[in-house]
Order: sequence, then structure tokens, then C-alpha cells
Amino acid sequence: MPKDHGIGASSKRREDVRFLTGNGNYTDDINVAGQAYVHFLRSDVAHGRLTKVDTSAAAEMPGVIRVFTGADFEGVGGLPCGWQVTDKHGNPMQEPAHPVLAQGKVRHVGDPIAAIVAETPAQARNAAEAIEIDIEDLPAVIDMKAALQEGAPKVHDDLDNNLCYDWGFVEENKGAVDEAFSKAAHVTTLELVNQRLVANPMEPRVAVGDFNRSTGDSTLYTTSQNPHVIRLLMGAFVLGIPEHKLRVVAPDVGGGFGSKIFHYAEEAFCTFAAKALARPVKWTSSRSEAFISDAHGRDHVTKIELALDADNNFTALRTETYANMGAYLSTFAPSVPTWLHGTLMAGNYKTPLIYVNVKAVFTNTVPVDAYRGAGRPEATYQLERVVDKAARELGVDPIALRRQNFITEFPYATPVAVEYDTGDYNATMDKLLEMVDRDGFDARAAESAKSGKLRGFGVNTYIEACGIAPSALVGQLGARAGLYESATVRVNATGGLVVMTGSHSHGQGHETAFPQVVADMIGIPEDMVEVVHGDTANTPMGMGTYGSRSLAVGGSAIVRATEKIINKAKKIAAHLMEASEGDIELKDGQFTVAGTDKSVAWGDVTLAAYVPHNYPLEELEPGLEETAFYDPANFTYPAGAYACEVEVDPDTGKVEICSFAAADDFGNVVNPMIVEGQVHGGLAQGIGQALLEGAVYDSDGQLLTASYMDYAMPRADDVPSFQVDHSCSTPCTHNPLGVKGCGEAGAIGSPPAVVNAVVDALNRGGHNVTHIDMPLSPSRVWSAMNG
Amino acid sequence: MTQVTMTVNGKSVSGTVEGRTLLSEFLREGLRLTGTHVGCDTSQCGACVVHVNGNAVKSCTMLAAEAEGAEVRTIEGMADADGTLSTIQQAFQDHHGLQCGFCTPGMVMSAAALLSENPKPTEAEIRAYLEGNICRCTGYHNIVKAIMAASGQEASAVAAE
Ligand code: FES
Ligand code: FES
Repeated sequence: MPKDHGIGASSKRREDVRFLTGNGNYTDDINVAGQAYVHFLRSDVAHGRLTKVDTSAAAEMPGVIRVFTGADFEGVGGLPCGWQVTDKHGNPMQEPAHPVLAQGKVRHVGDPIAAIVAETPAQARNAAEAIEIDIEDLPAVIDMKAALQEGAPKVHDDLDNNLCYDWGFVEENKGAVDEAFSKAAHVTTLELVNQRLVANPMEPRVAVGDFNRSTGDSTLYTTSQNPHVIRLLMGAFVLGIPEHKLRVVAPDVGGGFGSKIFHYAEEAFCTFAAKALARPVKWTSSRSEAFISDAHGRDHVTKIELALDADNNFTALRTETYANMGAYLSTFAPSVPTWLHGTLMAGNYKTPLIYVNVKAVFTNTVPVDAYRGAGRPEATYQLERVVDKAARELGVDPIALRRQNFITEFPYATPVAVEYDTGDYNATMDKLLEMVDRDGFDARAAESAKSGKLRGFGVNTYIEACGIAPSALVGQLGARAGLYESATVRVNATGGLVVMTGSHSHGQGHETAFPQVVADMIGIPEDMVEVVHGDTANTPMGMGTYGSRSLAVGGSAIVRATEKIINKAKKIAAHLMEASEGDIELKDGQFTVAGTDKSVAWGDVTLAAYVPHNYPLEELEPGLEETAFYDPANFTYPAGAYACEVEVDPDTGKVEICSFAAADDFGNVVNPMIVEGQVHGGLAQGIGQALLEGAVYDSDGQLLTASYMDYAMPRADDVPSFQVDHSCSTPCTHNPLGVKGCGEAGAIGSPPAVVNAVVDALNRGGHNVTHIDMPLSPSRVWSAMNG
Repeated sequence: MTQVTMTVNGKSVSGTVEGRTLLSEFLREGLRLTGTHVGCDTSQCGACVVHVNGNAVKSCTMLAAEAEGAEVRTIEGMADADGTLSTIQQAFQDHHGLQCGFCTPGMVMSAAALLSENPKPTEAEIRAYLEGNICRCTGYHNIVKAIMAASGQEASAVAAE
């Protein structure tokens, strides 16, 4: 019987009611009395020197309140980078300044040059046309390898070159890895591109700055996954406003997928301008603006080599990746191709020797940062493609080759610095094969052949590091922040609870899932627990939601705070029942004394805490409110096996996904309905990457895919219904819930399954195709077949 | 500036708009009906879908002035007067057809229009009909399931699990 409440129940989402009735409160729904409107004038060239920015005519336009340029921000800090990578020689990465508004140069199409504040949005837009700008065009650097050539134009004049860092991991192992390659019985090599993507949450970014003239306090309403991080970065590094004078509110957030983690110029601008003008100001991004101002994702070019011995055991792995940073370092950009990518290169396999080299490159493109999976999809894609290619070259079954090399004993320390606590990769593979009816494949392929189609089957495994992250470890790796999470649990006198968390949902259903945990621990109905999040004024300092961390890290903080509550409540209950504290048990919202029939209800104890007439005041403070900060001991390691079946039309190259199955190990699951929904969404994004999506720049640095007309988002008829399973569970050993995280798995695990399936279909059809770069558009597939 | 009058969710409303004011802007800014969302500027995402005289319309592609005299229904007008969710809204909650909720108003309005045209759509018909509505969160699986369920069809016929 499925559970109907508490941990493990598919409780219906309480947030849905407001979203389904038009009562959501997204940032663009917020209007502050007297607000003015901001329009950013953005560069339409990729690289150039600003020789003139004359705002005098614009300032005279109707409704214009003030026009700001880079000059207004000369005494203000730039946008900070939150992660410093150390290169293979032990030197810090090259870290350019990132002004709020362009100073001296523009470095990508979309770089903001000026900001107009006016009475109406239309007046602000109209005035932008009256700003006189001269830009001396400079040659743009778009291709990463060209950007690293001697004499290439520099994106940042004050840096040595366009190389942010050249990272080796683990540098000391390089010699041993090279030696293993020289002794290998077989080496499989693959060069591939993990294309640039645009996250495209359906809600565009919005920022509303407000300033209270009476208190001198600033407030920013923003579309953010982590309001506390924005408050810290913007307050301390950009505007010099202490946290106690700055409040950041992220109300309902319409999706993020990573792109709303980062601190953006528009947030700093609106906060700054509201104070400068003593007037609220609002900016709402258009979708076209989002394409050239939201951080992009992926954009890696990789060569991967796998060495095998004569028995097909993996003996070494070597990769060289060029990772595009874009024109500036977005908040967490340097960590993505390094610590979120290199550490995952062991995958599910016991490859003993691994060397990862990453060259991070500045180009005249929109900055690139974390997008759903962030580094881990790039690692999984190259690894699972090269393993599939090796199986094909060796003429062995790709599943058997994987199984032979699976890690089977845990804990397992990889050669790339992480230790997997639990897992069972054969179990998820067995489950997957049960789900997909592989034996029926030949019959299905014959059916496809009748209509002239080629059918293919692709499989892959994945592992990810989630539950980001142990602070001391990431500190050693260059993080400039801690990555704990916080929770305050406030019990009210009549027994209801408010959970204030630093995690912040942007679609994950925290308002439903967190109460399931707390209600289960106490034994009360879920609707007695309310979640407060997204506002620095009423939540403890926390790091927010990304990296599949909210339940594993944020949920653990909630468990710890609730444990403190229960411990104190037991002391009160012991006093009320004149029993010893050690004998008190809590079940179904009742405190009992072991071995007796004495009991007091949860509500009696909470009331006593606030009306302490009969209360051990000499030993215990009144009240019932506790805070916990939880710093994880390790990452969590969700893993799984995915399979895809495709049909390819050889006449057009069009790929159709016939079925997609995912068998995941997420450890314990709090709300299966929400977990399955997370997997579905991730799968659609991964399939979108595999077949449809890709941000394309021309050689001048113009983004050719800057709207939904050119950037192909997956639509309902591009994806199938999915088969998902999470019954193979090896609970995490180091967090109190035994959970691992599920938000990114689908996007990490699905691209290689799709590409493996298409390559399989083509080979079955007699086409000797070893690889096609994503997105597998009809023209690319057709060209590969007819190449 | 022109004066427009229309019926929105059963109530007669009027306001002054510029010639270029879009229906989506009039609903959101003029009437403060912020359930209708704007997710793009090329009329391709469907977050803004409302009903105009019973037809699903992208309110970002229609001028407010063009809706003069029309019957407009938005997401705010979908639940019963006592707050009870309509069959479609309830099915979206029951089958987890929404995550961040941003595409949801448009999805619900499109789904309602589909079911009034075609009360028992197949899965393929649902997917084809939703061609103009983008959801970045759900992968569509549970949206399709919710619409099947709202049409009184076995939702598990879609759900593979
Ligand atoms: S806002 Fe109307 S279609 Fe996107
Ligand atoms: S639920 Fe987020 S876009 Fe559909």
C-alpha cells in the first residue's frame, strides 16, 4: 500500500492551488507604488571600444527620469565571481573585472551599455533610441581554439591572453595515466562537442529595487534561486550595503535550472538606482533580452580517450576539454568544468587511472555558467559515448562491457577525489532491462523496417555528485562560499509549525515535501506545518536551491532543527508527566512515558512552552524555536541506467523517440510523485539537448538563435511519455534522511542514451557512423548517413 | 488613448488604453489579473493564453482594443465561485501537471479549449494541440496525463509507469 501521508507519500502539492487559479506571486506580479521602469541599452556588436556614449538627448525625452552609464558605476564594485580555480601550475585563474554597465569596451552582444529610468516602460524604450553611441569595432573571438592562438584579439586587454585557466586533474597522476595508455591493448578515442544551451525557464528574469527613505533600507525583489547569496554578493562586493540594510526577496520563481543562481548586473542596477533616485524601479526582461543576458550553459569541446586491456577492463581515461566561459566570469562559472566535471569522470566504473585537462577560455559571447546538471552532464556524455564506441570497436555488447567495469563495492574512492558512499549499478541496469523489453527489440525493428525506418536502441549509465556540498572540501577547491543549508523551526503555542529555510523552490514543491518530513517526525498532520522561504528578512542565512541539494542538505537542516525541537519538547513533557526525560516517547503527536499509560498531547506541550505556568523554568527557557545549520559530510551520489529507443527516417534524417526508460537510485524518496516529475522534466531537457537545442553564434559574435523561432525548445509532441522507476534504492549513508537528490538526473542521463540509440540505428542500417554531434537535427543525421 | 469595454470573467470592465496596448498588458497591468503570464515576445510560448469569445487566444498577439465588446475568460475565472477547482485544474493538481506554475495558466486555458472542441482526445491529439504551449519543467508527461484524466479517460493509458 502506498503511504498516504508523511515520508514516502505522494502528497498533492499545496502550492498548486495558487498557481492553478492565477494567484501565484511571481516577481513581475509585484508593483511598488510610484515605481519607475528600467530599459537597458545593450551592445549589438560582440566586441568594440566605446568611444562615445552621449545621453544628453535621451535625458530630455518625455518621461525620462535619469540615464545611467558605466561612468555612474566607477566607484562601485564589479560583479564578483564565487569560485577561484587554481591552474595546473598552482597559479590562480585569470579573473577579469565585470562592471555593472560597460566601461570602455563591450564584450558580447547583450552587454549593457546604459540604463534608462523613465515613468513608463515605453518611454524608457523610446529614450534608448536617443542615446548616441559610437563603438569602434574590434575583431570578435568566438571559437575557443582560435581565442587561444598567439596574437588572438584579447577579450580583456588587461589579461595576459584569453585563457582563464589550464587545469590538470589530478596533475600528479598524468605520468601514470600516459604510461597506462602506452601499454593499452586497445584505445578508443572520441572528439565531441557538448553544445551551448540556453536554460530558458519560462519566467523571464525580473528585478524590482526599492529604497526606504525613512530607514535607509534597500529591498530587491528578484527572480532568484538563492536570495541570501544575492544579498551577500551584491551587498558586500558590488554596492557596499551591509546585510542588515538590505533585504532580498525572491517570491514564486518560474523555473531556473541554474540560470537564476547567479548574481546579475540588472539586480545590482535596480538596487543602486532605487537608492540613487529614492524611488522604486522595475526591470522585466523580454525573452529576446533573456537570450543575450541570462547565463548560458555547457559549451565544451572535448577529446576523450579510453584505454582497455586485453580483457576489456578499463585501465585509464584521459580527456582534454575546452570550456567556454564567455566574455566574463559568471558567479560559479569556473567550478563547472572543473570540480563539477572532473570529479565525475570515473562515472560508474572502476577505471584506476584518470587525467582530466580543462582549458577555460574567454570569448566574445554571453557568459556560461551552471545549467541543470552543470558539468556532470558533460562528464556523463563523453564517458558514455566513448564506452559505447569502445564496445562497437571491440564487437562486444555495450551493456556487458559496462557491467564488467562497474564499481561493485562501496564505499569506493575514485581516482578523481570523491568517495561514493553507496550504489548498486547492476541493480539499476537489471531494472532498466526489465522495463524496456529488450528481447522484443528485433520484432520492433522489423516492424520499423516495413515502413522504411531504422530502429536503434541506446543505453547508458550515469552517476552525479549532488547534495552540494561539504564546505571545508569546496573551500579547498576554490569556493568562496560555504555550502551548508539552514532551517529555523518555530513551533507556535497551539502546536502548528513554521519551517523557515534557506532553500528556495522554483518548482520543486518544497512547500509540500518539507512538511511531509517534519509532520512524520512528530506524528501530526502535514497541514500543521508551513514553509517560509525566499525572503532574507524571515529566513536564516542559507545557500539556496541548485545542485539537487534542497532535500539532501536543506532537508537535513530541517531534520536537525526538528530534532532539537523534539528534544526540548520531551523535557517539557517529562516535567508535565513527572517522569524522567529518558522515558519519554513521541508517536502520533502524543508524548508517553514508556511502560505506563501516561500521555500528553503535542499541543499541550507546545502550549506549556509559551504559557509556562507549570514548567521547569530553572532548567529550561520557555518557547519552542530552534535553528540548525547542516553542513554535509560528503556529496550524495545518485546513479542510474537509462535506455532509449529511436526510429530514424533515412530519407530525411529525422529522429523520433519511440520510448525512453529511466531506472534511478535516489536513495530514500520523500514524495514519489514529485520525484517522478523531476525526472520527466530532466529527461525532456536532455532530449531537447540531444535532438533540438543549441545556441549558435556566427563568426562576428551575433547570436543566431535568439528567440523561440530559432532556438528549438522541446514541445509536447517532441517527447514521448516516459517510463521511470526509482525502486532500486541504496540510501545515502551520511545524511539523516538517506536521500540523494533527483533534480538533475534526467538531464544528465538522457543525452548519451539518445545519441547512442541513433548511432545504433544507423549502424544497424549499414551506415558506418561512429558519432554525430548534438543536436541530432535531421540535416546532421542525414549528412552522417550520406557523408 | 482609447476607451475599451469588455467582459472579463463575467464582469464588465473598461479602461483607457493606447493603440498599441496588448490584451496581455491590459489584463496584467490594467486589471491586475496577473495570472495571465508573458513568457516570450514572439508569440510562441503560450503562457498568455486566454479565451476570447470561447476561443483560445494568445493574449500577447491581440490588441486590447480588438477585444472591445468581447467575452474574455482568464485563469482567474476558471474555478467555481466558491473556489472549487474546475475539473481540469483539479486534474493538473492530482496528476502533478505543473511544477513552477509559470506555463500553467496558459496550459489550463489551452486544455480547456481542446476539451471543448474534442472531449475525448487521444494522447497524440493532446500533444499536437499543445504545440503552442511550452513547459520547461514537466516534460509534458504529467500535463498529458492530467488532460486525459480531465477528459474522463484512463490516465494510466498514458502513464507508462
Ligand atoms: S507570451 Fe504570448 S505566446 Fe509567449
Ligand atoms: S511548470 Fe514550469 S514551465 Fe511549466
